[in-house]
Amino acid sequence: MSSAHAGLPFWRRYIFSTDHKVIGIQYILTAVFMALVAVGLSVLIRMQMTWPVRLWPIMEQLLPTAYEGGALKPEFYLTMVTMHGTIMVFFVISLALVSGVGNFIIPLQVGARDMAYPFLNMLSYWTIVPACLIMLASFFVEGGAAAGGWTSYPPLSALPGALPGSGLGQTLWILGMALFIVSFTMGSLNFATTILNLRTKGMSLMRMPLTVWTLLVSSVLGILAFPPLTAAAIMLLLDRHGGTSFFLPEGLVVGGNVLAYEGGTPLLFQHLFWFLGHPEVYVLVLPALGIAFDVVATFGRRPVFGYRTTVWALIVAAVLSMIVWGHHMFTSGMNPYLGEYFSIVTVLITLPFAVIGVNLIASLWRADLRLTTAMLFAIGIISAVGTGGLGGLWLGTAASDIYFHSSVFVVGHFHFMIGVVTSFGIFAAIYYWFPKTFGRHMNETLGKIHFWLTISSVFPAFIGMHYLGLGGALRRVYDPTYYEYVRPLQEMNVWITFLLFISIAGQLVFFVNLFRSLFWGTKADANPWEGATLEWTTPSPAPHLNWNEPPTVYGGPYQYRVNGVGGYVAQHTPPEEIKCWVGPHEG
Amino acid sequence: MNRFDGTPDLIPVHVAVNSEPKISHRSSGLYPMFLLAVLATVMMLFAAFTAALIVRRTGSDWVPVQIPSVVWLNTVFIVTSSIFLECAKKAFSRGSGSQASLWLGYSIALGVLFLIGQLIAWSVLNDQGFLLSTNTHAAFFYMLSGVHGAHVLGGIGVLVWTLRRALVGAYGIDQYRGVAHAAIYWHCVGAVWIHLLVLLSIT
Repeated sequence: MSSAHAGLPFWRRYIFSTDHKVIGIQYILTAVFMALVAVGLSVLIRMQMTWPVRLWPIMEQLLPTAYEGGALKPEFYLTMVTMHGTIMVFFVISLALVSGVGNFIIPLQVGARDMAYPFLNMLSYWTIVPACLIMLASFFVEGGAAAGGWTSYPPLSALPGALPGSGLGQTLWILGMALFIVSFTMGSLNFATTILNLRTKGMSLMRMPLTVWTLLVSSVLGILAFPPLTAAAIMLLLDRHGGTSFFLPEGLVVGGNVLAYEGGTPLLFQHLFWFLGHPEVYVLVLPALGIAFDVVATFGRRPVFGYRTTVWALIVAAVLSMIVWGHHMFTSGMNPYLGEYFSIVTVLITLPFAVIGVNLIASLWRADLRLTTAMLFAIGIISAVGTGGLGGLWLGTAASDIYFHSSVFVVGHFHFMIGVVTSFGIFAAIYYWFPKTFGRHMNETLGKIHFWLTISSVFPAFIGMHYLGLGGALRRVYDPTYYEYVRPLQEMNVWITFLLFISIAGQLVFFVNLFRSLFWGTKADANPWEGATLEWTTPSPAPHLNWNEPPTVYGGPYQYRVNGVGGYVAQHTPPEEIKCWVGPHEG
Repeated sequence: MNRFDGTPDLIPVHVAVNSEPKISHRSSGLYPMFLLAVLATVMMLFAAFTAALIVRRTGSDWVPVQIPSVVWLNTVFIVTSSIFLECAKKAFSRGSGSQASLWLGYSIALGVLFLIGQLIAWSVLNDQGFLLSTNTHAAFFYMLSGVHGAHVLGGIGVLVWTLRRALVGAYGIDQYRGVAHAAIYWHCVGAVWIHLLVLLSIT
């Protein structure tokens, strides 16, 4: 730590800090805390799906309002699926992968001493904290937390009397989301300006590591996609509390009374929601892919394959992501020609993603693999994005989606993409940059146990969900054995729950490893992985403001396999210091 | 040199090609980039509202209301305010800071008048019996002018800040970028209002 920073009081250094690395760690810790809540909810959800009619006297002791008489209340089940989705998408993955990892790594990889607007950065984090608290508080208000689904479709979300959770819980949900949007937009503004304006000398756009590229594309998507959700949230609040009927059609009956609303259309909300909702998925998935590229290059000891095509594929995928939102609404009665359009553009997304996937796989071709835990997770990302992406083809095509819509197939698909891919991205990032963050290594043996327990449980679990959906099992159903035709598949639910517990065991290993390594991990030097990018030129842990004078960049980020196998030329190495042979480098 | 014999492909140094540092620090472009991003969020927000209005006006209950005529006066205020801001920039470029501060002050005053005028429009509509809950066209007027007003209020805050800096002599002949950037935001907010006005007036 530089003397100026060290002179600051504790609360300015670690609580209300403007240092991008501290803020990054704060984001990740907040996300970990929220993840505990969301995983807890998923355990309760899985218990209900596995043993739908069993009584749980012990749960009645723990959560008396949710388990009256030992049986889970149906409305609390809806609250749980709603809040599990909301917290995971917005308060775990977004915070950890984009805000957390992004904050930590962007200035270090582009050669900046901090973010463009450190104070705004601090403000973004301290806007997220009340957002999390509001979301958590909503569990304890009358009627419980929001229960209209993480998508909050009206009329369930617009009529305070529609569900127990549609009362104060839903209002708090909207407020929490509003704060999240404000925070995330401020963060995106900061990311984009930092990446575009604070790159060090020589760091041209095409010399940026792909993690930075993906975070740039993510930020631009966030800037463009979140405002429409803000508009929808404002209209939803007015429908709830101002008596307007933007989204409320006539003829709605609640509690036997016909309501006075008329003329509104719930579909309008769905359009505005998914105009954000689909790009949001890419905001989350793309950074995981960028991290995979960085990790694969470093531990494969060869340049990534097709750097330039990857960059262009990212941009094409981002553009396409903004014009495909209607594929979430194929069953809403839209004009078949419109459905046809949304089908075609959705399937077109396969092209850029195939380019990215093939480039990732080709980056392993004839690589000198160093199978560290980070590398295992990066390879896991490649596998998961391919496996999960296949399901996307079925859901993106109107003809098959009409069958799969609202089935567990959808749940399996999106858990692959924004569950497995993104969490593997977070884990790869943590194992890869932990030495840079804390100056110590994480334990590789525990890391590998963590990886194998995780991948061996999540893959079969989510593939199993695809089969359940294929058999017609519906999502958000309180009692999955209610419909006779899916009863023969109930055993699959038991297995998936069993796999969840294995996965949780894996995460326990991770936490043990994390805390053990924080205090007793082996010390790491500045460049423990022999990486070529700029973050490895600062000491570990990286000091406040990173460098006195950021290094000048002379080459691309992936100049590996130079001077023989395993050799590399760092980005800041001047050409006159490069002794003899240099391998082919793309970009 | 063989791709398949297990030895790495080695070719002569070509990192040196184009290896001069290409770009120097771009921090001078920081504020324009930030401004551009902020404007992008503003534009997307109002684009979504525009789409919502176009969809919602086809609803069975749509009864158009007469937008209070005071908004035309307000429009004159906000356009004139933008022109005065340009005058302030001109004055800065001539080096007459006190003149520029005066124009800035006029511009801010007109912005405040615009907001007061919008509130008057609200009360006129309210007195005619068009409430948020009784007429969807009126509801759009209240909502859009409200959200827009919040953006105007933010703009006034920025302009007051530039005025304060101008009064302490922080701007010089070639150093008034803060005012120039505030002006871009202010013009855009004005343009958004004209767009909303057209959208709300077409019946």
